Amino acid sequence: MVEAHDHICWGGGHRHDKAHSLELRGICAGYGAGQDALSDISFRAQCGQRVALIGPNGAGKSTLLNVLAGLLTPRSGQVLWNGKPLHDTPHEIAFMPQRSEVNWAFPITVRQLVEMGRYPALGNWKAMRQHDRDIVDKSLKTLNLMHLQHRQIGALSGGQQQRAFLARALAQEAHILLLDEPFTGLDMPGVESLGQLLYSLSDEGRLVIASHHDLATVPSLFDRAVLLNTQLIAVGNAGDVLTEEQICRTFGRNYRFRP
Amino acid sequence: MNEFLQFLGEPIAQRSLWACAIIGFSNGFVSALVLLRRSSLQIGTLSCALLPGIALSILLFGLTLMSILLGAVLAGLMVGLGSLFVSRTSRMDHDTALSVLHTTAFAIGYIILIRLGLQQKVDDWLFGNIMSMGDADLWIAYGIGAVAVLGITAFQRPLLITLFDPRAAKAMGCPTRLIHYGVFALIILVLVSSLQAVGAFLTLGLLVAPAATMYLLTDRAQLMFWGGGLIGGLGSVLAFFLSYPLGWHLGATIIVVLGAVFLLAYIFSPKYGLLRRKN
Repeated sequence: MVEAHDHICWGGGHRHDKAHSLELRGICAGYGAGQDALSDISFRAQCGQRVALIGPNGAGKSTLLNVLAGLLTPRSGQVLWNGKPLHDTPHEIAFMPQRSEVNWAFPITVRQLVEMGRYPALGNWKAMRQHDRDIVDKSLKTLNLMHLQHRQIGALSGGQQQRAFLARALAQEAHILLLDEPFTGLDMPGVESLGQLLYSLSDEGRLVIASHHDLATVPSLFDRAVLLNTQLIAVGNAGDVLTEEQICRTFGRNYRFRP
Repeated sequence: MNEFLQFLGEPIAQRSLWACAIIGFSNGFVSALVLLRRSSLQIGTLSCALLPGIALSILLFGLTLMSILLGAVLAGLMVGLGSLFVSRTSRMDHDTALSVLHTTAFAIGYIILIRLGLQQKVDDWLFGNIMSMGDADLWIAYGIGAVAVLGITAFQRPLLITLFDPRAAKAMGCPTRLIHYGVFALIILVLVSSLQAVGAFLTLGLLVAPAATMYLLTDRAQLMFWGGGLIGGLGSVLAFFLSYPLGWHLGATIIVVLGAVFLLAYIFSPKYGLLRRKN
């Protein structure tokens, strides 16, 4: 159970009765003049949860992440964070790209990557101050990257690279973490330790939302699941919602699921 | 040797020397952007696309410096931004759109220049002629260099975030679209300044080799700008001193020197060179 003082949204002294909530209302979205990649998606999520977005290729998982990250404006519908439009507060959202999308040869060290997370607080020109450096230090420490901070990012292992990007999200002091297929390409120990990390991040009151394709690991890594196939198929606790029927409706009749 | 010293006393020689230094520096400074965007081939095609703009302005306004500059910038912007626009609004990727637009533009430019009877000039545009630069050209080169250094330094933070991770940058509220167009405009501006020095074909070397060399030497993106500028500037000046005694074409010598420097870094770089100590 989350203790009030552990909660990142904890301002001090007050009980955290009403959790911060993300609400999607009737989201329709698509690219160019094409058909809707998402149609009429509505659900709620609260901080402290780990939500898996599940569906076959082309089901709209990435599109939904793009909408949440503010990279794609929905054709209709709203994304609300505590009742207000989410994208009025861009610093609340941290986006983690898929590993294959990152230019790992980019001349940047782990520390510089994490410092990028201070952008929403500093804007284009404000100089880094002690306060910002402290936050960067703390983020590096939390993810056990202090000894690697001056490494170029390409010189890290896969798990360390994931942690470096998570550290950037921490430095941003973001409330909502959006991850695009974070477990893809990790070996078993890597999956386990990233799963643990996501658990502790959500335990601190962050809302973790990740696209995910491996049904078997959903219940152990996430506590909520959103089944998508252009339309919303089901939302619920990760343990309950993955019934054979729902999976058939999401992936089609011939999909065989063995947990 | 005496002859060379005498030549150095001439205003035209001094002007060329300064031109080498400043054009080399600003191209080297901006080359980091080209490298970090991983778009060197796009830029190569772009430099050829400047030809029709120049030809068209000569046709419309006569052969004056301002008209040439204006024409080049307009052609660059039209082909550059046009291809970006075509790729955004159709299923075409940017490279394809750029290839179609720039070859068409180059062909049109060549036809116009030949029709105008400027066969002689064509050579200068294709391979550069620093010796022909006047005072006004030099001032324009200074101006472009200043814009490049100030612009990149002022916007370094959002620039690097956007170049590294455009999606996260946009999610964080970086003005990514503005930065993309700004980078493109800056590259075109620098291209125009180097066009006179090394010409449309070789300008790509000046706009890639300095940063490529730094890329082999450092892990700090910030260093790539100033380091690239230094390599570009010093390399061009060295080429100036080599080209006269050897009787080599100056523009081509600049590219050869920068290529040689790159090769040295490729072999001897302590961290990423061929001969680095393997752990």
